[in-house]
Amino acid sequence: MAEYSALSLIKHAWTGNRDWRPAWRKPDPKPSYDVVIVGGGGHGLATAYYLAKEHGITNVAVVEKGWLGSGNIGRNTTIVRSNYLLRESIRFYEFSLRLWEDLAQDLNYNVMFSQRGVLNLAHSPGQADDFIRRGNAMRHGGADAVWLTPREIARKVPGLDLSRSARFPVVGGLLQPRAGTARHDAVAWGFARAADRRGVDIIENCEVTGFLRDGDRITGVATTRGDIEARKVAVAVAGSTGRVMKLAGIDTLPIESHVLQAFVTEGLKPFVNTVVTFGGGHLYMSQSDKGGLVFGGDIDGYNSYAQRGNLPVVEDVMSEMVALFPGLTRARLLRSWGGVMDMSMDGSPIITTGPLPGMYLNSGWCYGGFKATPASGWCFAWTIAKDEPHAYNAPYTLDRFQRGILIDEKGQGATPRLH
Amino acid sequence: MLINCPYCGPRDLCEFTYQGDANRTRPAPDSTDLSAWNSYVYERVNTAGDHREYWQHSGGCRSHLVVVRSTLTHEIKSIGMARSETAQTGRQESAGSAPRRQEKRP
Repeated sequence: MAEYSALSLIKHAWTGNRDWRPAWRKPDPKPSYDVVIVGGGGHGLATAYYLAKEHGITNVAVVEKGWLGSGNIGRNTTIVRSNYLLRESIRFYEFSLRLWEDLAQDLNYNVMFSQRGVLNLAHSPGQADDFIRRGNAMRHGGADAVWLTPREIARKVPGLDLSRSARFPVVGGLLQPRAGTARHDAVAWGFARAADRRGVDIIENCEVTGFLRDGDRITGVATTRGDIEARKVAVAVAGSTGRVMKLAGIDTLPIESHVLQAFVTEGLKPFVNTVVTFGGGHLYMSQSDKGGLVFGGDIDGYNSYAQRGNLPVVEDVMSEMVALFPGLTRARLLRSWGGVMDMSMDGSPIITTGPLPGMYLNSGWCYGGFKATPASGWCFAWTIAKDEPHAYNAPYTLDRFQRGILIDEKGQGATPRLH
Repeated sequence: MLINCPYCGPRDLCEFTYQGDANRTRPAPDSTDLSAWNSYVYERVNTAGDHREYWQHSGGCRSHLVVVRSTLTHEIKSIGMARSETAQTGRQESAGSAPRRQEKRP
């Protein structure tokens, strides 16, 4: 195994960088596998990696419609955090955060995980109480949280408008110091390389066009590169869940696909060294290592499979950004893009066996899938290997809606556009 | 995205509020069929293609609209007043429960 290390960098520099191997192979699909994972995004690749690493299942294929990491893994705003209120969520996301902390070592790939903190600004005494309650729940569940006064916030984030005359004056902020950001593409590439090194076949440009069946049982996938048989078929396709599951005859799911936009400005000098979120509306922003401010807000709010959004949300997000940081009025926007989110009916994901025999489903990430990548893969791999969920993902069933045991962080009910 | 309100004409998206999937049918209020309620509240077809959905012109005439829009391109295929559609379907749905209402009256 060609390990990445300081020594290997020096060695390759001496030899003119001619001998680098591709990070993963480009194999042709074999006729059959133990497990086929549909979707070569972060979650699918992480699942393949943990299947190989934790469960010794290496006869695995990941089939991806486009190129690796072309979906939401490369479209998010790279934030990693575990600042949730409900017990199930804290347990799962805190487990994810712990995996993140060792991920670069584990994968032998620099995912540039930077624990620069996530600061949620509160703009009213009621919101402050709510955030402090969440902070206490986080600490109770093993995560970390600190309450900051406006004076402490001013020291941490100098560019913020903390004046009393601000449209939404800041009354305090909940900081999770261990949260932060990671280099999103590197996460996809790191998981792909690490899974590939353990024998997983990553098959790009291979669209699933149908499922092979024996009665009710799923026995493989039909793809644009031929039929592939599999003892187990795992689906981790985020915003395309509806489309892919229809191929298996599952016509309805507790999921709607919505478009979320993200933005990046031109590169600026170091401006903010943490992730800041705006509680007066909905905005989250951080500064990338290149200097661009990476930020986003609400989803557009209507069903969409188009990876592009509309202007009202752009205007809304920009006005929030300028309300928080008046000094940014002249910063120029460099790029904006959209991704398709699998919005679930309670804002929490689904990681489960079924809904058909031989099938496994990982979906409903709303727009919080990136931070969950390692834990999602880890739990999904466990579920696939053992045919039952781990305690971490046991609450994330598909039938929890019918059974009335929702995990609704915000208490907004079955209105996906609000989660 | 411009939405051509039947009452006001073409207006910008920001004047409208999305009100969700219009493919669902609410069970009768006194229905105790849990699976029907479950599918109404939680299950979605999540169409990739022409999607029938409710919008309200909340920043304008406040009409509730039924819009058929492609979720792949955001192109709007048809648009109409929700009240004319619900007036029709509402009559069909209430046909079953009409006799009971009459019983209560005397």
